[in-house]
Amino acid sequence: MIYQKAIRVLFIDMQAQKIRIEERSDLKIYLGGVGVASKLLEENMHPELPPLDPAQPIVFAIGALSTIYPVLTKTVAMFISPLTGELGESYAGGRMAMTMFLAGYDAVVIYGKSKKPVYLTISANDVIFNDARAVWKKGSDNVGRIIRDEERKYGGKRSIIRIGPAGENLVSYACVTVDRYRHFGRLGLGAVFGSKLLKAVSVVGDRSAPIENFKEYFKVYRMIYDKCTDTDLMSKYHDAGTPINIEPLNELGGLPTLNLRQGSFEHADKVSGDAFSQNYLTRKMACTGCPVGCIHIGQFRRKFAEHGYEYETISVGYDYELIFALGTFLGLASPNDILELIEEVELVGMDSMSAGVALGWATEALEKGIVTLDDTLVPLKFGHLSEYREAVRHIANRKNEFYTNLGKGVKHAAETYGGTEFAMHIAGNEMPGYHTGYGALVGTAAGARHSHLCNGGYSIDQSMKGGSASPEDMADALLKEEVERCMLNSLIMCLFARKVYDRPTILSAFAAVGEEMTDSELTDVSRRIYATKLRIKKALGFDLKNVRFPKRFFETPSMLGVLDENTAYEILLKYREKLAEFETI
Amino acid sequence: MAKVLRAGNMSKCIGCYTCMFICAGVNMHNHSIQKSCIKIRTYGGVSGKFVETVCQSCRDPACAESCPTGALVLRKGGGVTLEAYKCIGCRRCVTACRIKAVDFDEELNKPIICHHCGMCARYCPHGCLSLQETQDYIGGVL
Repeated sequence: MIYQKAIRVLFIDMQAQKIRIEERSDLKIYLGGVGVASKLLEENMHPELPPLDPAQPIVFAIGALSTIYPVLTKTVAMFISPLTGELGESYAGGRMAMTMFLAGYDAVVIYGKSKKPVYLTISANDVIFNDARAVWKKGSDNVGRIIRDEERKYGGKRSIIRIGPAGENLVSYACVTVDRYRHFGRLGLGAVFGSKLLKAVSVVGDRSAPIENFKEYFKVYRMIYDKCTDTDLMSKYHDAGTPINIEPLNELGGLPTLNLRQGSFEHADKVSGDAFSQNYLTRKMACTGCPVGCIHIGQFRRKFAEHGYEYETISVGYDYELIFALGTFLGLASPNDILELIEEVELVGMDSMSAGVALGWATEALEKGIVTLDDTLVPLKFGHLSEYREAVRHIANRKNEFYTNLGKGVKHAAETYGGTEFAMHIAGNEMPGYHTGYGALVGTAAGARHSHLCNGGYSIDQSMKGGSASPEDMADALLKEEVERCMLNSLIMCLFARKVYDRPTILSAFAAVGEEMTDSELTDVSRRIYATKLRIKKALGFDLKNVRFPKRFFETPSMLGVLDENTAYEILLKYREKLAEFETI
Repeated sequence: MAKVLRAGNMSKCIGCYTCMFICAGVNMHNHSIQKSCIKIRTYGGVSGKFVETVCQSCRDPACAESCPTGALVLRKGGGVTLEAYKCIGCRRCVTACRIKAVDFDEELNKPIICHHCGMCARYCPHGCLSLQETQDYIGGVL
């Protein structure tokens, strides 16, 4: 916590319904965020037990400077992923970081399994284990409303994170929804919640947090605020939002379409950022402390009875990744259809990217006769919304053996039924929406959590145009960014603003709250954090040399042309060689 | 000319709470939005609209009228200023304000009174808030 010599950790034992506080001065060298969370995961995890064993921990942490400067908006969750069986790391915005900060906890560790469904209320003065039997089985929207009504007295200084049926049913890529429109999306935190009979956590932050050196602090605050609002951040992410990337990626051939049979979509113009903005956008919102406001809410109208003009209007958040996974990847060519499918995925509480990629494989597997209609129950077909809506519910409810397997991830499903060459995962995590080149592919595999945001490989593909970089240079570029982001994620910033927070800015932000640091100390922190993550991955049995890419990545041309399989593995092994230096940290 | 705070463009509000952080920071030297004079909240959960609660700079303010010690003094252009040494923390002003624009600082045992400094408007990234010029005189029902 700022102005304190120690990291304040709240431990919650779900089984005994007891809590304890630890003040950990030794964790200060990890700054906060992913650094502190990694160390706490390493200390509290049980590598010998399965990911959903009651003993396994969920770790939440806010950053070293969360909330007090613009765009430091995120909370990190770390856990053992039920999807990949190794490091689980996921970020969410919303209000959670502010409420944890104002409740006075840098990190929360939740372990054990409750005897009955509960939701937790965490505040500065108490942790309450609330009976959640009546809200179990509720969709993620209703549970938020019920808790909000129950806790009306807390007003706006509260964050509610919750799971839907997919999490309760332990779907391996179930998500945790934060304040309705944000998510701990990837790698299955929702299933870990479900395994503990934990339906939701409400965090209330209302303590006083005096500023020690206001003059200096406000000088730096203003400098960062001006940088945020004067750059193109505002227009790029606020105007049409992340979906503005649909058209350029489509033109460059890097937009995964129809289960990555193609890198571009003939109807891209219909589902572009502008198309959504002009006809469906109803509202923009921000995470707490972010002047940009990239959250885009779209609205659609649905007829719910054949006769009598029965309609409802529904609002859902949309982003580039959702339009890719639940749109182009499945051949849905209208914003209305995409919003409807997003809503279905929201209600059951699953990661949109994993759900879309799993359905893409299932569609093609049915088409090829690898699975039959007896398995899929509905005739899945690219471009057909209603079958996909049903299939989403089937996954969440583990309707039959096939959907139970599909709910364990596309890698597991393909290994069970066949079709591994077109099951589009990278190291067990369903692919993100960038078929841009070696950077995106190998970067996601090498990345600690197999996310496109681990090292921004898609961005490296764009800056190293033509794919002309040598495997050595590509591995270097990926590793450099991966390590740097460990430090950025210890603050924790929204990565959209990473250009605002250059090293001098970060150092002055720390200095203004009394933490004098040097540039080389920031480097040490980033390396220390990455080394911790690598130790966790090793303990959980992960080794980059075992990664196998689905063949289709090397068949469908990427933004940089057809990728060569050997080159991809060469970059991956170069990257792996470079990890030796972290073993001594 | 005196100036008063107005929230005339709330349809552009994105709920970033920057105004609250700025108000609490500048006026109370605190990171907690609990200390802010201006309040932004969602009406009907995060899926509802953002609404503001901010001092209306009344010419004939109920808060001042309710104060038994005369700690709330009428301000040029409307609204009040707090003469803190006179305040005994009775909270009558908090209940007197019909729109609940007077909050209470439990730590200091004093009401949180907006003095229309305009810092929230200066840092509102989407122009929802503004400082507007008004008549200088004190009192009246305008």
